[in-house]
Amino acid sequence: MTVTGRGSDADPSTTLSEGYRKREESITLSSEPAGVDETHELLTLNIGPHHPATHGVLRLITTLEGEVVRDIKPIIGYVHTGIEKTAEDKAYWKVIPVVERMDYLSYYFNAMAFCGAVETLLGLEIPPRAQYLRVIHLELNRINSHLLWLGTSALDLGAISMFWYCFREREKILDLFEMSSGQRFHTRYIQVGGVMEDIPAGFEANVRKFLKDMPNRADQYADLLEKNQIVIERLRGTGIVDRETMIKLGVTGPLLRATGEPWDLRKAHPYSSYDHFDFKIPVGTVGDNYDRYRVRHAEFYESVKIIEQALDGLPEGPHITPDRKVALPPRHELATSMEALIHHFKLVTEGFRVPPGEAYYPIEGPRGELGCFVRADGSAKPARVHMRDPSFVNLQALAPMVRDGYIADLIATLAMLDPILGGIDR
Amino acid sequence: MEIKRETLADTSSLRVRQHQARDLLRGDMGDEELERYVEERVLTTTVEKAVGWAQGNSIYPLTFGLACCAIEMMAIVGARMDVARFGWEAMRASPRQADLIILSGRVSIKMAPVIRRLWDQMLEPKWAISMGACCSSMGVFNNYALVPADKFMPIDVHVPGCPPRPESLMHGILKLRDKIQGHSVEGWRERYAATGTEELLPDAADLGTANVNVFKPGDTAGA
Repeated sequence: MTVTGRGSDADPSTTLSEGYRKREESITLSSEPAGVDETHELLTLNIGPHHPATHGVLRLITTLEGEVVRDIKPIIGYVHTGIEKTAEDKAYWKVIPVVERMDYLSYYFNAMAFCGAVETLLGLEIPPRAQYLRVIHLELNRINSHLLWLGTSALDLGAISMFWYCFREREKILDLFEMSSGQRFHTRYIQVGGVMEDIPAGFEANVRKFLKDMPNRADQYADLLEKNQIVIERLRGTGIVDRETMIKLGVTGPLLRATGEPWDLRKAHPYSSYDHFDFKIPVGTVGDNYDRYRVRHAEFYESVKIIEQALDGLPEGPHITPDRKVALPPRHELATSMEALIHHFKLVTEGFRVPPGEAYYPIEGPRGELGCFVRADGSAKPARVHMRDPSFVNLQALAPMVRDGYIADLIATLAMLDPILGGIDR
Repeated sequence: MEIKRETLADTSSLRVRQHQARDLLRGDMGDEELERYVEERVLTTTVEKAVGWAQGNSIYPLTFGLACCAIEMMAIVGARMDVARFGWEAMRASPRQADLIILSGRVSIKMAPVIRRLWDQMLEPKWAISMGACCSSMGVFNNYALVPADKFMPIDVHVPGCPPRPESLMHGILKLRDKIQGHSVEGWRERYAATGTEELLPDAADLGTANVNVFKPGDTAGA
């Protein structure tokens, strides 16, 4: 590199700044094949698997030219847990706790996708109360997942106080989960045939209290972030990928909706009586990081609306299917009914058998289309369980998002992508 | 209720103490007087105890999350649990600056060497907490993909649960604090005489041939 020093005939200050401008202009943002032009020095930088900004144990091999990212390769598999294989060795109802641990922020969704696939194979009718209870918990889980995304993403952008505000709301949701199922995480609430237990007394009042709070809190988050010049500058116009590329890559969820495509399985292919509720699908316009943030933020309000409607219209009736071949009999029946005792014994020791066949059951998770494929061979254990995890598919869009942008924007884009490595590696 | 107010020390005794302190610093104080002064003024302890007390109240954990447990680990930094009460809240991104690694989640076979490397990079004194069932005993999975943390590194405290509640992790943290402050039974360090286990880098002058990314001055002239 030639340094334009103080020339003898020119004014020193202008020469220096000209030299600086010249060097600055030499960095182009256009796409260039690596290693062709000899004047550019490429640097391969390894990020991860332990890095605070990768949201888990993701490893990124980045090729940099100065500060500009020319190429990126995500390397995954660092939390591979063999869950799909483990599921093949367990009875259907014992698979639920295992699949819940895949995408560990959307455990209700994982259980819902798996149970939905098994119920399709069994041809089970789900009682309306169970469907509504599922919707309430799924949407609470969606808010929960988005809150964690917002807190940690804002942390990556330097807004540390958002972390505490989001975790304050998260704890309230986890208290609700604990009230209805006894666990904060991995609740195993959704069961084949319905839900594990009816909601306890006082649960509805607590949920309503939270729902009254949540829109105000979301307003406060928006005030904190959207009136902050740094956040706007970091998010607006960065990581843009157009709609066609996203669709070609199979990206779903808020990332796709941020490009303006109103694709949401809750509307497009309603399940668990989502067609009973009135809600909107937030979409973006440009498809940049700011739109991704706005879409998820708007989903806070929509989820609150759905839960309110589900609580208002919560039907009476059983919380689980009366089919004793699939669902455990109630505790009191065991002391009086021999038949109930036999069913209980059969379910606990062997589990229920599922007729041979295949089913794919997609639902709209917080990150996109979460589908579960189950193949049954007629025994009490599934022959194959496969999850189409949205994080895994969405991670493909990382390269087109960050290519030819600055490395600082890579961190922001990765945060807005919201990958959960437990779901990617399984 | 009767409120007892103590009168402030009168100015004359304060003046006396000032004179005594000045004499002590000058070395003018006599033997008996010095002994009495030290007995009155100085709280005696051993260095180990004092250092242990300080270390146990200012631990820098590594910012390191693996899976579900990492979310609950983040919750202890949140307002409800607030690990800052014990001085354990300053998370460090680099293992060189960290005192504690919390293995929060499942350790796969691919990840285990990375974790061992991180552990080796941490400087003594260092501690490790194994959080959750997966990391201690492979938990609900117990299959080909996972490896328990005890197989490849020493663990000070195991926290059970799947995932453990933040309260459980807090309990584990307090247990470890007791251990650091020296009120504990014999741990793995005493059993295996394991001190000074940090990774040592080769001499900086020997870099160059083995490290492809390190250039000597002039190597990159044409680039």
